[in-house]
Parts: sequence; C-alpha cells; structure tokens
Amino acid sequence: MSFFPYVLAAWLFIIGLYGIVTSRNFVHLVICLAVLQSSTYVLLLSIGYRVGGVAPVFAGVKVGTPAVDPVVQALMLTDIVVEATVVALLLALALQLQKHTNTLDPDKLKALEG
Amino acid sequence: MNRRTRLVFFLLSAAAFAGVYLWGLKGLPPVGHYRGPYGDVLNRVATYERHVTDVVTAVNFDYRGFDTLGEEFILFMSVVGGTVLLRRQREEEKSEHRDESLADQSPERQAPEASDATRVLTLALVGPLVVFGLYIVAHGQLTPGGGFQGGVVLATAPLLVYLAGNLKKFKQITSHTLVEVTEAVGAGGYLAIGFAGLILGGSYLRNVAALGKTGMINSGGTIALINLATGLEVAAGFVLLLYAFLEQTLEIRLRGGK
Amino acid sequence: MLFLQFTILSFVAVTATAVVLTRDPAKQAIGISFYGLVMALMFFIFQAPDVALSQIVIGAVALPLMILLALTKIRRHEEEEQARHKEKKAA
Repeated sequence: MSFFPYVLAAWLFIIGLYGIVTSRNFVHLVICLAVLQSSTYVLLLSIGYRVGGVAPVFAGVKVGTPAVDPVVQALMLTDIVVEATVVALLLALALQLQKHTNTLDPDKLKALEG
Repeated sequence: MNRRTRLVFFLLSAAAFAGVYLWGLKGLPPVGHYRGPYGDVLNRVATYERHVTDVVTAVNFDYRGFDTLGEEFILFMSVVGGTVLLRRQREEEKSEHRDESLADQSPERQAPEASDATRVLTLALVGPLVVFGLYIVAHGQLTPGGGFQGGVVLATAPLLVYLAGNLKKFKQITSHTLVEVTEAVGAGGYLAIGFAGLILGGSYLRNVAALGKTGMINSGGTIALINLATGLEVAAGFVLLLYAFLEQTLEIRLRGGK
Repeated sequence: MLFLQFTILSFVAVTATAVVLTRDPAKQAIGISFYGLVMALMFFIFQAPDVALSQIVIGAVALPLMILLALTKIRRHEEEEQARHKEKKAA
C-alpha cells in the first residue's frame, strides 16, 4: 500500500495521455485532459497524507492532534479551479473550430492554409 | 505523421516516463509517513496566529494569499476568454434568421415542456440552494468550505430556474449588468484588500483587520473579507460562462416556442 | 482503514480507464461526472474535506454541465450545416 498511490498517479497520467494521443473527437480529447490533470491531485494528496491523521480543520478538535498536511490541500484547490477554467476555454475553442471547419476530428485538420 | 507512428512514439515515451518516474519515486517517503516540517508547523500555529479553525482556508487566503490572487485572476480571464470566443458574430446573426425555420420547427428539436413535478421541485430548491451557497462561503474559515466551493454552488441556482422552464426569468437574471459588476467587484475587491494590507501593515495582503474570537464567523480578519470577495467573483464568473454557452439556445427557444 | 483506501484507489483507476475508453462524448460526460464523485470520495477518505467539496462542485457539476452545453451547440451547428447543404442542393 505504501507506494500504490504514486503508481496510481502515473497510471492516470499515462491513460489520460493515451486518450489524448488516440482521440478522434475534440470533446473526447478535452475530457481525457481532465483525467490527465487529476493525476496531479492523487500525487499531491498522497504526499501529504499521514496514517491516523485527521483533517486539518480544528473546529472541536484539539490543536496538536496529528493532522495531514494543509499546504498540499491548498495547492490541490487551486489545481481543481484551474482544471475547470482550462476545460471551459478548450470547449469554447472546439466550438469555434467546428463552426469554421465543420469537423471535430483532430486528424482531419489540415495545416495552416493560405 | 499517421496514427500508427503516433501510437508507437507514445508507447516509447510512456515507457521512458515510467522508468524515470519509478527512479524518482525512490526519494519520496512511503505514503502515510509525512516527513516535511511545514504542515506540522502550520497546523500548530495557524489557530493561534489567525484565530481560524480551518487551516486550509488560512493557507489559501493568508499564508499563500498571493497564489490565490493569481488563481482568481485565471478564473476571471478564462470567463472573459470564454465569453469572447462564444460571442455571436454578425454573419451568424443574419444566417440564423434565415435557417431558423428549417432546422428548429422539426419536432425533435423542440425541447419538451418541463413537467409540473420538475417545475415545483426545482423552483422550491432555488431558495435553499442560495442559502446553502452563502453558508458555505461565509463559514469558510471555520469549517471546510470557502469562496470557491460556495461560489460554484451559488452559480448553479440560476440553472435550476432554466431547468424549470422559466426562460424569461433566467435571461433576466443572467444577462443583467449586475452579474458583470459583481464579478468585477469580487476580483477588484481582492486586489483592494491586498492594498489595504500594504498601506496599513507594510506588506501586500498582510492580515490587518481585527482578528476576532476563534470560532466566530467574523474571525480571521482579512481572511473572511477575501472569502466573501472570492465567493462573489466565482459565482458571477460561472453565471456569465453559463450564459455565454446558453445564449444562442436561449434566443431560439424564446423566439420559437414560448 | 487500509483496505478502504486500497479499494477506493483501485476504483479510481478503473473509472479513469473506463472514461478514457468511452469514445462518445455524450456518454463520457456522464462518466466524468461519476469520476468526479469517486474522486471526491477518495479525497474524503484521505482526510481532505475542503478539496472534496471543491471537486464535487466542479468535477461533478460544472464540468459535465459545460461539456453537455458544448455538445448541444455542436449538434445545432451540424444540423444547421446540413439544412444549408440541402438547401444548396435543391437550388
């Protein structure tokens, strides 16, 4: 169990990247990017975890009980918000692409013409 | 390059990545044995120094407040970018008036009327949802929650109005200038609170407001204020994004069906 | 407690693989919503409630919402294009 979360982070990264590389639809590609980004959450989470620790919220819990790391959780919060913004912008780009070239297939996009 | 070459390239680099990653893993402690000093130091002093009980919010808005400022502006810029990308250009407006009759009057295109059960349930839930969102925003420094989480919960309240079929009301709520003003106030408010810290305390984003008693809702000084500003900004930003995505569909449905 | 964490981590791995291997974006939107919930459960089990809240509202609500709205617009454009094509052929 001690190294399983790290291996899970690598697996999520690889499977997300595989989805992006073999994608045939831009919206599918964006969703695989979201899976790719979630690999960083797992890595950060497992770095800060302490066995038997409580959540770093001390409402009703005595200050001084062993708790998990709050700094990596703050980083994860930022990460999740950035994921939402990246997906929103990429979906808007995919919409414009479909409007102008009438296809959503990455393979059918020709190089810059003209 | 064609698909096969791409796949082979990918498999090779995935193998190389796995190798380097496993080699780098040797330096990490096994999961569950957290070694680093910062987490323990913060857990011990945050409640005493800032009178807040949620250390993650304190880290987000006070100890690492500058990073959260950057993140909030990332959200702001992406809402601006999304709205710009999804705007209706002039030729689209002209062609829309022409093709509307062809595509939209077919029976599969008409969205079904919201049933009575849906309408009652969604409209009854709008009030509790707004209260719940405000509760999460306001109690960010006491219990898990905060500006971001509560802001997104608040932003889904107008969506319930759309699901209930009240299209005119939804358009009124989401396209109102107040939403844009709220977003600007939220983003600018964060900046302004930072400057107040600079003027009154000597460094940007220093916690200069009254710290209050631990466990009360006004504890934490500027943490509570920044929480509110972020909640406003995130809620208004997501409502704007929702409106940008739904704008065209809304116009068609308002013109055609009702 | 150890068994619980092991189970939820394997569940995350299986769900992620299922999401990537689904090719249709509409079905994937439901998949990513479920994946967001599973991730939130994982955060909760690993003692990170703030992050779990954030993941639920963004990964299970806002993300599938944006994806489905984008898909609606795409389908509208496709149908408009087809209607315009038919009109051109008829003319």
